[in-house]
Amino acid sequence: MREFGYQRVFDVPGAVALGADPEARYLGGGTNLVDLMKASVERPALLIDVRELPLDRIESTDDGGLHIGATVTNSDLAAHPEVRRRYPALAQAVLAGASGQLRNMATVGGNLLQRTRCAYFTDPARPCNKRNPGSGCAAVKGEHRNHAILGATEHCVAVHPSDMSVALAAFDARVTYETATGPGELPLTEFYLPVGDTPHLETALPPGALITGITLPPAPVAATSRYRKVRERASYAFAIGSVAAALDVQEGAVREVRLAFGAVASRPWRARAAERALTGAPATAEAFAAAADAELAAAKALPHNGYKVTLIRNLVVAVLTELTEEAAR
Amino acid sequence: MSQSTASVITLNINGEKHTLPVDHRTTLLDALRERLDLTGTKKGCDQGQCGACTVLLDGRRAVSCLQLAVAAEGREITTIEGVADGEQLHPVQQAFLDLDGYQCGFCTPGQICSAIAMIEEHAAGWPSAVTADVRPEAEAAPLTAEEIRERMSGNLCRCGAYVSIVRAVARAAQADDAQQPPVSDELARLAGSEQKEGVA
Repeated sequence: MREFGYQRVFDVPGAVALGADPEARYLGGGTNLVDLMKASVERPALLIDVRELPLDRIESTDDGGLHIGATVTNSDLAAHPEVRRRYPALAQAVLAGASGQLRNMATVGGNLLQRTRCAYFTDPARPCNKRNPGSGCAAVKGEHRNHAILGATEHCVAVHPSDMSVALAAFDARVTYETATGPGELPLTEFYLPVGDTPHLETALPPGALITGITLPPAPVAATSRYRKVRERASYAFAIGSVAAALDVQEGAVREVRLAFGAVASRPWRARAAERALTGAPATAEAFAAAADAELAAAKALPHNGYKVTLIRNLVVAVLTELTEEAAR
Repeated sequence: MSQSTASVITLNINGEKHTLPVDHRTTLLDALRERLDLTGTKKGCDQGQCGACTVLLDGRRAVSCLQLAVAAEGREITTIEGVADGEQLHPVQQAFLDLDGYQCGFCTPGQICSAIAMIEEHAAGWPSAVTADVRPEAEAAPLTAEEIRERMSGNLCRCGAYVSIVRAVARAAQADDAQQPPVSDELARLAGSEQKEGVA
Protein backbone atom coordinates (compact mmCIF):
# COMPACT_ATOMS: atom_id res chain seq x y z
CA MET A 1 0.00 0.00 0.00
CA ARG A 2 1.22 3.47 -0.84
CA GLU A 3 1.85 5.78 2.12
CA PHE A 4 -0.75 8.49 2.57
CA GLY A 5 -1.66 11.54 4.60
CA TYR A 6 -4.80 11.60 6.74
CA GLN A 7 -7.01 14.54 7.56
CA ARG A 8 -10.21 14.45 9.54
CA VAL A 9 -12.66 17.17 8.51
CA PHE A 10 -15.58 18.63 10.45
CA ASP A 11 -17.26 20.90 7.91
CA VAL A 12 -18.10 20.59 4.22
CA PRO A 13 -16.11 23.64 3.01
CA GLY A 14 -13.02 22.23 4.73
CA ALA A 15 -13.59 18.87 3.05
CA VAL A 16 -13.98 20.21 -0.50
CA ALA A 17 -10.97 22.52 -0.07
CA LEU A 18 -8.79 19.46 0.60
CA GLY A 19 -10.67 17.46 -2.06
CA ALA A 20 -9.26 19.70 -4.80
CA ASP A 21 -6.08 17.58 -4.61
CA PRO A 22 -6.50 15.05 -7.45
CA GLU A 23 -4.60 12.46 -5.40
CA ALA A 24 -6.99 12.78 -2.45
CA ARG A 25 -9.92 10.48 -1.72
CA TYR A 26 -12.79 10.96 0.70
CA LEU A 27 -12.90 8.22 3.34
CA GLY A 28 -16.30 7.15 4.67
CA GLY A 29 -16.58 3.69 6.17
CA GLY A 30 -13.62 2.49 4.12
CA THR A 31 -15.21 -0.88 3.44
CA ASN A 32 -14.40 -0.67 -0.26
CA LEU A 33 -11.70 2.01 -0.44
CA VAL A 34 -9.39 0.49 2.20
CA ASP A 35 -9.80 -2.93 0.62
CA LEU A 36 -8.82 -1.52 -2.80
CA MET A 37 -5.88 0.33 -1.26
CA LYS A 38 -4.59 -2.96 0.16
CA ALA A 39 -4.72 -4.38 -3.38
CA SER A 40 -3.00 -1.24 -4.80
CA VAL A 41 -5.99 -0.63 -7.08
CA GLU A 42 -6.53 2.69 -5.28
CA ARG A 43 -3.37 4.64 -4.45
CA PRO A 44 -4.40 7.94 -2.85
CA ALA A 45 -1.80 10.33 -1.40
CA LEU A 46 -4.32 11.77 1.04
CA LEU A 47 -7.41 10.43 2.79
CA ILE A 48 -9.99 13.00 3.86
CA ASP A 49 -12.03 11.38 6.63
CA VAL A 50 -15.60 12.66 6.25
CA ARG A 51 -17.29 10.56 8.91
CA GLU A 52 -17.63 13.46 11.32
CA LEU A 53 -19.22 15.84 8.84
CA PRO A 54 -22.71 16.98 9.89
CA LEU A 55 -24.27 14.85 7.12
CA ASP A 56 -25.57 12.01 9.29
CA ARG A 57 -29.28 12.86 9.35
CA ILE A 58 -32.35 11.51 7.57
CA GLU A 59 -34.98 14.24 7.32
CA SER A 60 -38.39 14.65 5.73
CA THR A 61 -38.47 17.27 2.99
CA ASP A 62 -41.23 19.91 2.70
CA ASP A 63 -42.79 18.13 -0.28
CA GLY A 64 -43.07 14.81 1.59
CA GLY A 65 -39.87 13.17 0.39
CA LEU A 66 -36.75 12.30 2.34
CA HIS A 67 -33.23 13.66 2.40
CA ILE A 68 -30.55 11.19 3.46
CA GLY A 69 -27.18 12.58 4.50
CA ALA A 70 -24.07 11.15 2.84
CA THR A 71 -22.52 9.87 6.06
CA VAL A 72 -25.63 8.00 7.23
CA THR A 73 -24.57 4.39 7.63
CA ASN A 74 -26.27 1.60 5.71
CA SER A 75 -27.53 0.25 9.05
CA ASP A 76 -29.16 3.51 10.08
CA LEU A 77 -30.68 3.93 6.64
CA ALA A 78 -32.26 0.47 6.69
CA ALA A 79 -33.50 0.85 10.28
CA HIS A 80 -35.09 4.27 9.79
CA PRO A 81 -38.90 4.14 10.26
CA GLU A 82 -39.69 6.60 7.44
CA VAL A 83 -37.49 4.72 4.97
CA ARG A 84 -39.18 1.45 5.93
CA ARG A 85 -42.66 3.02 5.75
CA ARG A 86 -42.39 5.09 2.55
CA TYR A 87 -39.73 3.22 0.55
CA PRO A 88 -39.64 -0.36 1.91
CA ALA A 89 -37.71 -1.63 -1.14
CA LEU A 90 -34.88 0.73 -0.23
CA ALA A 91 -34.62 -0.71 3.28
CA GLN A 92 -34.78 -4.24 1.84
CA ALA A 93 -32.07 -3.45 -0.73
CA VAL A 94 -29.70 -2.13 1.91
CA LEU A 95 -30.38 -5.11 4.18
CA ALA A 96 -29.68 -7.48 1.27
CA GLY A 97 -26.15 -6.12 0.93
CA ALA A 98 -22.97 -7.10 2.78
CA SER A 99 -23.08 -8.09 6.47
CA GLY A 100 -24.16 -6.51 9.74
CA GLN A 101 -20.59 -5.41 10.40
CA LEU A 102 -20.10 -3.83 6.98
CA ARG A 103 -23.49 -2.11 7.04
CA ASN A 104 -22.52 -0.48 10.34
CA MET A 105 -19.38 0.95 8.74
CA ALA A 106 -20.45 1.73 5.18
CA THR A 107 -21.96 5.12 4.33
CA VAL A 108 -24.56 6.14 1.78
CA GLY A 109 -22.07 8.33 -0.13
CA GLY A 110 -19.53 5.55 -0.27
CA ASN A 111 -22.16 3.04 -1.32
CA LEU A 112 -22.88 5.13 -4.44
CA LEU A 113 -19.18 5.31 -5.26
CA GLN A 114 -18.21 1.70 -4.64
CA ARG A 115 -16.33 0.02 -7.43
CA THR A 116 -17.09 -3.11 -9.36
CA ARG A 117 -16.15 -6.47 -7.87
CA CYS A 118 -14.99 -7.75 -11.29
CA ALA A 119 -12.01 -9.94 -10.38
CA TYR A 120 -9.93 -8.48 -13.23
CA PHE A 121 -10.48 -4.95 -11.91
CA THR A 122 -9.23 -5.91 -8.45
CA ASP A 123 -6.14 -7.75 -9.74
CA PRO A 124 -3.45 -5.27 -10.88
CA ALA A 125 -1.62 -8.10 -12.66
CA ARG A 126 -4.43 -8.40 -15.23
CA PRO A 127 -5.54 -6.08 -18.03
CA CYS A 128 -8.55 -3.89 -17.20
CA ASN A 129 -9.72 -0.79 -19.06
CA LYS A 130 -11.42 0.52 -15.94
CA ARG A 131 -8.30 0.33 -13.77
CA ASN A 132 -5.72 0.87 -16.50
CA PRO A 133 -7.30 2.56 -19.55
CA GLY A 134 -6.22 1.06 -22.86
CA SER A 135 -4.97 -2.22 -21.36
CA GLY A 136 -7.98 -4.19 -22.60
CA CYS A 137 -10.82 -6.11 -20.97
CA ALA A 138 -9.89 -9.56 -19.74
CA ALA A 139 -13.47 -10.38 -18.80
CA VAL A 140 -14.94 -10.31 -22.33
CA LYS A 141 -13.08 -13.52 -23.21
CA GLY A 142 -12.51 -14.68 -19.64
CA GLU A 143 -14.60 -15.26 -16.51
CA HIS A 144 -17.75 -13.24 -17.03
CA ARG A 145 -20.48 -15.36 -15.53
CA ASN A 146 -21.56 -12.42 -13.37
CA HIS A 147 -20.99 -9.63 -15.87
CA ALA A 148 -23.26 -7.23 -17.71
CA ILE A 149 -26.01 -8.03 -20.19
CA LEU A 150 -27.18 -4.44 -20.67
CA GLY A 151 -25.30 -1.28 -21.65
CA ALA A 152 -21.87 -2.92 -21.81
CA THR A 153 -19.31 -2.45 -24.58
CA GLU A 154 -16.28 -4.43 -25.72
CA HIS A 155 -14.24 -2.09 -23.51
CA CYS A 156 -15.86 -3.17 -20.23
CA VAL A 157 -18.54 -5.62 -19.14
CA ALA A 158 -18.34 -5.07 -15.37
CA VAL A 159 -21.44 -4.62 -13.21
CA HIS A 160 -22.06 -2.11 -10.45
CA PRO A 161 -22.28 -3.93 -7.10
CA SER A 162 -24.64 -1.68 -5.12
CA ASP A 163 -28.03 -3.00 -4.02
CA MET A 164 -29.04 0.36 -2.55
CA SER A 165 -28.57 2.17 -5.86
CA VAL A 166 -31.04 -0.14 -7.60
CA ALA A 167 -33.86 0.92 -5.29
CA LEU A 168 -32.76 4.56 -5.52
CA ALA A 169 -32.91 4.38 -9.32
CA ALA A 170 -36.48 3.09 -9.16
CA PHE A 171 -37.50 5.95 -6.87
CA ASP A 172 -36.01 8.82 -8.94
CA ALA A 173 -33.45 9.71 -6.27
CA ARG A 174 -31.22 12.73 -6.79
CA VAL A 175 -27.61 12.92 -5.61
CA THR A 176 -26.60 16.22 -4.02
CA TYR A 177 -22.97 17.28 -3.90
CA GLU A 178 -20.73 20.17 -2.99
CA THR A 179 -17.70 21.55 -4.83
CA ALA A 180 -15.29 24.39 -4.13
CA THR A 181 -17.43 26.53 -6.48
CA GLY A 182 -20.82 25.60 -5.03
CA PRO A 183 -23.39 22.84 -4.74
CA GLY A 184 -24.86 20.66 -7.46
CA GLU A 185 -27.34 17.86 -8.03
CA LEU A 186 -27.65 14.88 -10.37
CA PRO A 187 -30.52 12.44 -10.92
CA LEU A 188 -29.28 9.01 -9.87
CA THR A 189 -30.11 7.65 -13.33
CA GLU A 190 -27.62 10.16 -14.80
CA PHE A 191 -25.10 9.90 -11.97
CA TYR A 192 -23.35 6.89 -13.53
CA LEU A 193 -21.88 7.49 -16.99
CA PRO A 194 -22.47 5.18 -19.95
CA VAL A 195 -19.56 2.76 -20.44
CA GLY A 196 -18.69 3.72 -24.04
CA ASP A 197 -14.95 3.55 -24.59
CA THR A 198 -14.18 5.23 -21.24
CA PRO A 199 -15.07 2.70 -18.54
CA HIS A 200 -12.60 4.38 -16.18
CA LEU A 201 -14.91 7.43 -16.05
CA GLU A 202 -17.68 6.17 -13.79
CA THR A 203 -19.71 9.12 -12.52
CA ALA A 204 -20.78 12.57 -13.67
CA LEU A 205 -19.52 14.14 -10.43
CA PRO A 206 -17.19 17.10 -11.06
CA PRO A 207 -13.58 16.53 -9.95
CA GLY A 208 -13.18 16.88 -6.19
CA ALA A 209 -16.94 16.94 -5.56
CA LEU A 210 -18.14 15.66 -2.19
CA ILE A 211 -21.45 13.81 -2.14
CA THR A 212 -23.54 15.45 0.60
CA GLY A 213 -26.65 13.33 0.36
CA ILE A 214 -29.51 11.78 -1.55
CA THR A 215 -32.95 13.30 -2.01
CA LEU A 216 -35.91 10.98 -2.52
CA PRO A 217 -38.92 12.74 -4.01
CA PRO A 218 -42.33 11.79 -2.64
CA ALA A 219 -43.54 8.61 -4.35
CA PRO A 220 -46.79 7.14 -2.98
CA VAL A 221 -46.30 4.11 -5.24
CA ALA A 222 -43.10 3.28 -3.32
CA ALA A 223 -45.12 2.32 -0.24
CA THR A 224 -45.93 -0.91 -2.11
CA SER A 225 -42.44 -1.86 -3.18
CA ARG A 226 -40.04 -4.74 -2.91
CA TYR A 227 -36.40 -5.59 -3.57
CA ARG A 228 -35.50 -9.14 -4.43
CA LYS A 229 -31.94 -10.29 -4.87
CA VAL A 230 -30.59 -13.56 -6.21
CA ARG A 231 -27.10 -14.67 -5.26
CA GLU A 232 -25.04 -17.82 -5.24
CA ARG A 233 -25.46 -18.39 -1.51
CA ALA A 234 -28.27 -17.44 0.84
CA SER A 235 -26.62 -14.38 2.36
CA TYR A 236 -23.56 -12.13 2.35
CA ALA A 237 -22.78 -12.20 -1.36
CA PHE A 238 -23.12 -9.84 -4.28
CA ALA A 239 -26.13 -10.19 -6.54
CA ILE A 240 -26.14 -12.18 -9.75
CA GLY A 241 -29.40 -10.41 -10.48
CA SER A 242 -31.85 -8.24 -8.57
CA VAL A 243 -35.04 -6.29 -9.08
CA ALA A 244 -36.47 -3.28 -7.27
CA ALA A 245 -40.13 -2.74 -8.04
CA ALA A 246 -43.05 -0.61 -6.93
CA LEU A 247 -46.57 -1.14 -8.15
CA ASP A 248 -49.96 0.55 -7.98
CA VAL A 249 -52.81 -1.60 -9.26
CA GLN A 250 -56.32 -0.19 -9.65
CA GLU A 251 -59.20 -2.47 -10.70
CA GLY A 252 -56.85 -5.04 -12.08
CA ALA A 253 -54.83 -2.62 -14.21
CA VAL A 254 -51.38 -1.18 -13.61
CA ARG A 255 -51.76 2.49 -12.72
CA GLU A 256 -48.10 3.11 -11.95
CA VAL A 257 -45.02 0.90 -11.89
CA ARG A 258 -41.36 1.43 -11.08
CA LEU A 259 -38.74 -1.13 -12.08
CA ALA A 260 -34.97 -1.21 -11.81
CA PHE A 261 -32.52 -4.09 -12.24
CA GLY A 262 -29.26 -4.76 -10.42
CA ALA A 263 -26.12 -6.75 -11.38
CA VAL A 264 -26.92 -6.47 -15.09
CA ALA A 265 -25.03 -3.30 -16.07
CA SER A 266 -22.30 -0.85 -15.07
CA ARG A 267 -25.03 1.09 -13.25
CA PRO A 268 -28.42 0.41 -11.69
CA TRP A 269 -30.68 -0.20 -14.67
CA ARG A 270 -33.94 1.72 -14.64
CA ALA A 271 -36.26 -0.33 -16.82
CA ARG A 272 -38.23 2.41 -18.51
CA ALA A 273 -39.24 0.34 -21.55
CA ALA A 274 -40.79 -2.21 -19.21
CA GLU A 275 -42.55 0.54 -17.25
CA ARG A 276 -44.01 2.00 -20.47
CA ALA A 277 -45.17 -1.42 -21.62
CA LEU A 278 -46.90 -2.09 -18.31
CA THR A 279 -48.59 1.21 -17.55
CA GLY A 280 -52.31 0.70 -18.18
CA ALA A 281 -51.82 -3.01 -18.89
CA PRO A 282 -53.62 -5.71 -16.93
CA ALA A 283 -51.76 -6.77 -13.79
CA THR A 284 -51.16 -10.34 -14.95
CA ALA A 285 -48.12 -12.59 -15.10
CA GLU A 286 -48.35 -12.53 -18.93
CA ALA A 287 -48.22 -8.74 -19.01
CA PHE A 288 -45.36 -8.68 -16.50
CA ALA A 289 -43.37 -11.12 -18.64
CA ALA A 290 -44.08 -9.13 -21.81
CA ALA A 291 -42.87 -5.96 -20.08
CA ALA A 292 -39.66 -7.68 -18.98
CA ASP A 293 -39.14 -8.90 -22.53
CA ALA A 294 -39.58 -5.34 -23.82
CA GLU A 295 -36.72 -4.20 -21.59
CA LEU A 296 -34.53 -7.25 -22.17
CA ALA A 297 -34.84 -7.03 -25.96
CA ALA A 298 -31.72 -4.86 -25.76
CA ALA A 299 -29.81 -7.45 -23.72
CA LYS A 300 -26.57 -8.78 -25.18
CA ALA A 301 -25.41 -11.86 -23.36
CA LEU A 302 -21.81 -13.05 -23.32
CA PRO A 303 -21.07 -16.80 -23.68
CA HIS A 304 -21.38 -17.45 -19.94
CA ASN A 305 -23.99 -15.02 -18.62
CA GLY A 306 -27.03 -15.67 -20.77
CA TYR A 307 -28.82 -17.08 -17.72
CA LYS A 308 -29.21 -13.52 -16.44
CA VAL A 309 -31.76 -12.69 -19.15
CA THR A 310 -34.02 -15.51 -17.94
CA LEU A 311 -33.26 -14.73 -14.30
CA ILE A 312 -34.28 -11.08 -14.58
CA ARG A 313 -37.40 -11.95 -16.57
CA ASN A 314 -38.46 -14.45 -13.90
CA LEU A 315 -37.65 -12.01 -11.09
CA VAL A 316 -39.79 -9.30 -12.68
CA VAL A 317 -42.77 -11.65 -12.95
CA ALA A 318 -42.30 -12.96 -9.39
CA VAL A 319 -41.88 -9.59 -7.70
CA LEU A 320 -44.70 -7.86 -9.58
CA THR A 321 -47.00 -10.81 -8.88
CA GLU A 322 -46.15 -10.57 -5.17
CA LEU A 323 -46.80 -6.84 -5.17
CA THR A 324 -50.13 -7.34 -6.94
CA GLU A 325 -51.15 -9.78 -4.23
CA GLU A 326 -49.91 -7.42 -1.54
CA ALA A 327 -51.91 -4.53 -3.01
CA ALA A 328 -55.06 -6.69 -3.04
CA ARG A 329 -54.79 -7.38 0.70
CA MET B 1 0.94 19.25 -0.70
CA SER B 2 3.27 17.37 1.59
CA GLN B 3 1.40 15.32 4.16
CA SER B 4 2.75 13.40 7.10
CA THR B 5 2.11 9.70 6.58
CA ALA B 6 2.16 8.84 10.29
CA SER B 7 0.49 10.17 13.43
CA VAL B 8 0.55 9.69 17.16
CA ILE B 9 -2.92 8.54 18.10
CA THR B 10 -4.79 7.63 21.27
CA LEU B 11 -7.12 4.67 21.09
CA ASN B 12 -9.77 4.01 23.73
CA ILE B 13 -9.87 0.22 24.01
CA ASN B 14 -11.90 -1.64 26.61
CA GLY B 15 -12.01 1.52 28.71
CA GLU B 16 -8.26 2.09 28.65
CA LYS B 17 -6.42 4.74 26.68
CA HIS B 18 -3.43 3.65 24.59
CA THR B 19 -1.21 6.25 22.92
CA LEU B 20 0.98 5.04 20.07
CA PRO B 21 2.57 6.28 16.86
CA VAL B 22 1.09 4.65 13.75
CA ASP B 23 1.81 4.65 10.06
CA HIS B 24 -1.53 5.67 8.54
CA ARG B 25 -1.66 2.38 6.67
CA THR B 26 -2.08 0.48 9.94
CA THR B 27 -5.47 -1.15 10.34
CA LEU B 28 -7.14 -1.27 13.71
CA LEU B 29 -6.73 -5.05 13.55
CA ASP B 30 -2.95 -4.80 13.18
CA ALA B 31 -2.71 -2.11 15.85
CA LEU B 32 -4.59 -4.35 18.29
CA ARG B 33 -2.63 -7.49 17.54
CA GLU B 34 0.85 -6.34 16.62
CA ARG B 35 1.22 -3.16 18.65
CA LEU B 36 -0.95 -3.60 21.73
CA ASP B 37 -0.74 -7.38 22.21
CA LEU B 38 -4.51 -7.71 22.15
CA THR B 39 -4.42 -10.92 20.14
CA GLY B 40 -7.93 -12.09 20.93
CA THR B 41 -9.12 -10.36 17.77
CA LYS B 42 -8.21 -12.69 14.88
CA LYS B 43 -6.99 -12.01 11.37
CA GLY B 44 -8.79 -14.30 8.93
CA CYS B 45 -9.11 -12.97 5.39
CA ASP B 46 -7.93 -9.38 6.06
CA GLN B 47 -10.36 -8.17 3.39
CA GLY B 48 -13.70 -7.84 5.13
CA GLN B 49 -15.11 -11.17 4.04
CA CYS B 50 -14.88 -13.49 7.06
CA GLY B 51 -15.73 -11.54 10.23
CA ALA B 52 -12.98 -13.09 12.38
CA CYS B 53 -11.70 -9.60 13.25
CA THR B 54 -15.07 -8.28 14.46
CA VAL B 55 -14.88 -5.75 17.30
CA LEU B 56 -17.36 -3.21 18.65
CA LEU B 57 -16.96 0.44 17.68
CA ASP B 58 -19.11 2.73 19.82
CA GLY B 59 -21.09 -0.41 20.66
CA ARG B 60 -21.68 -1.47 17.06
CA ARG B 61 -20.01 -4.44 15.41
CA ALA B 62 -17.43 -3.69 12.73
CA VAL B 63 -14.61 -5.51 10.96
CA SER B 64 -11.30 -4.16 12.26
CA CYS B 65 -9.36 -5.24 9.13
CA LEU B 66 -10.99 -2.50 7.03
CA GLN B 67 -10.92 0.08 9.80
CA LEU B 68 -7.83 2.30 9.74
CA ALA B 69 -6.42 2.76 13.25
CA VAL B 70 -5.98 6.49 12.73
CA ALA B 71 -9.67 6.81 11.86
CA ALA B 72 -10.66 4.93 15.04
CA GLU B 73 -9.24 7.65 17.29
CA GLY B 74 -11.97 9.07 19.50
CA ARG B 75 -14.18 6.01 19.25
CA GLU B 76 -14.96 3.54 21.99
CA ILE B 77 -13.39 0.24 20.94
CA THR B 78 -14.41 -3.02 22.60
CA THR B 79 -12.56 -6.24 21.80
CA ILE B 80 -13.18 -9.80 22.97
CA GLU B 81 -10.80 -9.04 25.88
CA GLY B 82 -13.25 -6.41 27.09
CA VAL B 83 -16.67 -8.04 26.93
CA ALA B 84 -16.60 -9.94 30.23
CA ASP B 85 -17.40 -8.24 33.53
CA GLY B 86 -14.22 -9.05 35.43
CA GLU B 87 -14.26 -12.81 36.05
CA GLN B 88 -17.94 -12.99 35.05
CA LEU B 89 -18.17 -14.06 31.41
CA HIS B 90 -20.52 -12.21 29.11
CA PRO B 91 -23.75 -14.22 28.63
CA VAL B 92 -22.84 -14.75 24.97
CA GLN B 93 -19.41 -16.11 25.95
CA GLN B 94 -21.03 -18.42 28.51
CA ALA B 95 -23.57 -19.67 25.96
CA PHE B 96 -20.82 -20.45 23.42
CA LEU B 97 -18.97 -22.42 26.11
CA ASP B 98 -22.06 -24.26 27.35
CA LEU B 99 -23.29 -25.22 23.89
CA ASP B 100 -19.95 -25.78 22.09
CA GLY B 101 -20.42 -22.89 19.68
CA TYR B 102 -17.09 -23.64 17.97
CA GLN B 103 -14.62 -26.31 16.98
CA CYS B 104 -11.14 -24.85 16.45
CA GLY B 105 -12.10 -21.53 18.03
CA PHE B 106 -10.40 -19.20 15.55
CA CYS B 107 -13.59 -17.45 14.45
CA THR B 108 -15.05 -17.47 17.98
CA PRO B 109 -13.95 -14.01 19.23
CA GLY B 110 -15.46 -12.48 16.12
CA GLN B 111 -18.59 -14.60 16.42
CA ILE B 112 -19.06 -13.54 20.04
CA CYS B 113 -18.51 -9.82 19.43
CA SER B 114 -20.84 -10.02 16.46
CA ALA B 115 -23.52 -11.88 18.41
CA ILE B 116 -23.42 -9.40 21.29
CA ALA B 117 -24.19 -6.53 18.92
CA MET B 118 -26.61 -8.57 16.83
CA ILE B 119 -28.77 -9.33 19.86
CA GLU B 120 -28.90 -5.60 20.63
CA GLU B 121 -29.78 -4.76 17.01
CA HIS B 122 -32.70 -7.14 17.12
CA ALA B 123 -33.85 -5.76 20.46
CA ALA B 124 -33.75 -2.27 18.93
CA GLY B 125 -36.20 -3.42 16.26
CA TRP B 126 -33.82 -3.47 13.29
CA PRO B 127 -35.23 -5.64 10.49
CA SER B 128 -33.06 -8.05 8.48
CA ALA B 129 -33.02 -9.36 4.93
CA VAL B 130 -35.26 -12.28 5.97
CA THR B 131 -37.77 -10.14 7.88
CA ALA B 132 -41.05 -10.65 6.00
CA ASP B 133 -42.33 -7.09 6.39
CA VAL B 134 -39.85 -4.30 7.12
CA ARG B 135 -42.47 -1.60 7.63
CA PRO B 136 -42.47 -0.13 11.15
CA GLU B 137 -46.20 -0.83 11.48
CA ALA B 138 -45.58 -4.56 11.02
CA GLU B 139 -45.55 -6.54 14.22
CA ALA B 140 -41.94 -6.98 15.29
CA ALA B 141 -40.90 -10.52 14.48
CA PRO B 142 -39.45 -12.70 17.22
CA LEU B 143 -35.91 -13.92 16.77
CA THR B 144 -35.90 -17.20 14.82
CA ALA B 145 -33.12 -19.52 13.71
CA GLU B 146 -33.52 -18.09 10.20
CA GLU B 147 -33.10 -14.56 11.55
CA ILE B 148 -29.99 -15.54 13.52
CA ARG B 149 -28.44 -17.20 10.47
CA GLU B 150 -29.06 -14.14 8.31
CA ARG B 151 -27.92 -11.64 10.93
CA MET B 152 -24.76 -13.65 11.70
CA SER B 153 -23.91 -14.28 8.03
CA GLY B 154 -20.94 -11.90 8.21
CA ASN B 155 -19.10 -14.41 10.43
CA LEU B 156 -17.80 -17.46 8.61
CA CYS B 157 -16.82 -20.64 10.46
CA ARG B 158 -14.61 -22.94 8.42
CA CYS B 159 -15.21 -25.80 10.85
CA GLY B 160 -18.89 -25.48 10.10
CA ALA B 161 -19.98 -25.18 13.73
CA TYR B 162 -22.99 -23.16 12.69
CA VAL B 163 -25.55 -25.46 14.27
CA SER B 164 -24.06 -24.91 17.72
CA ILE B 165 -23.40 -21.24 17.05
CA VAL B 166 -27.09 -20.65 16.29
CA ARG B 167 -28.05 -22.46 19.49
CA ALA B 168 -25.57 -20.44 21.54
CA VAL B 169 -26.79 -17.14 20.12
CA ALA B 170 -30.37 -18.25 20.76
CA ARG B 171 -29.51 -19.13 24.36
CA ALA B 172 -27.92 -15.73 24.96
CA ALA B 173 -30.79 -13.88 23.28
CA GLN B 174 -33.28 -15.82 25.38
CA ALA B 175 -31.50 -14.68 28.54
CA ASP B 176 -31.55 -11.06 27.41
CA ASP B 177 -34.44 -9.15 29.01
CA ALA B 178 -34.24 -6.47 26.34
CA GLN B 179 -35.50 -8.82 23.63
CA GLN B 180 -38.89 -7.41 22.62
CA PRO B 181 -40.39 -9.51 21.19
CA PRO B 182 -38.59 -12.46 22.78
CA VAL B 183 -37.21 -15.37 20.83
CA SER B 184 -39.61 -17.66 19.01
CA ASP B 185 -40.87 -20.85 20.67
CA GLU B 186 -38.91 -22.91 18.15
CA LEU B 187 -35.76 -21.06 19.10
CA ALA B 188 -36.41 -21.34 22.81
CA ARG B 189 -36.56 -25.11 22.36
CA LEU B 190 -33.32 -25.10 20.36
CA ALA B 191 -31.59 -23.09 23.04
CA GLY B 192 -32.72 -25.39 25.81
CA SER B 193 -29.80 -27.15 27.49
CA GLU B 194 -31.46 -30.59 27.29
CA GLN B 195 -32.04 -30.23 23.58
CA LYS B 196 -29.49 -32.30 21.66
CA GLU B 197 -30.59 -32.06 18.05
CA GLY B 198 -29.32 -29.28 15.86
CA VAL B 199 -31.01 -26.55 13.90
CA ALA B 200 -32.10 -27.54 10.45
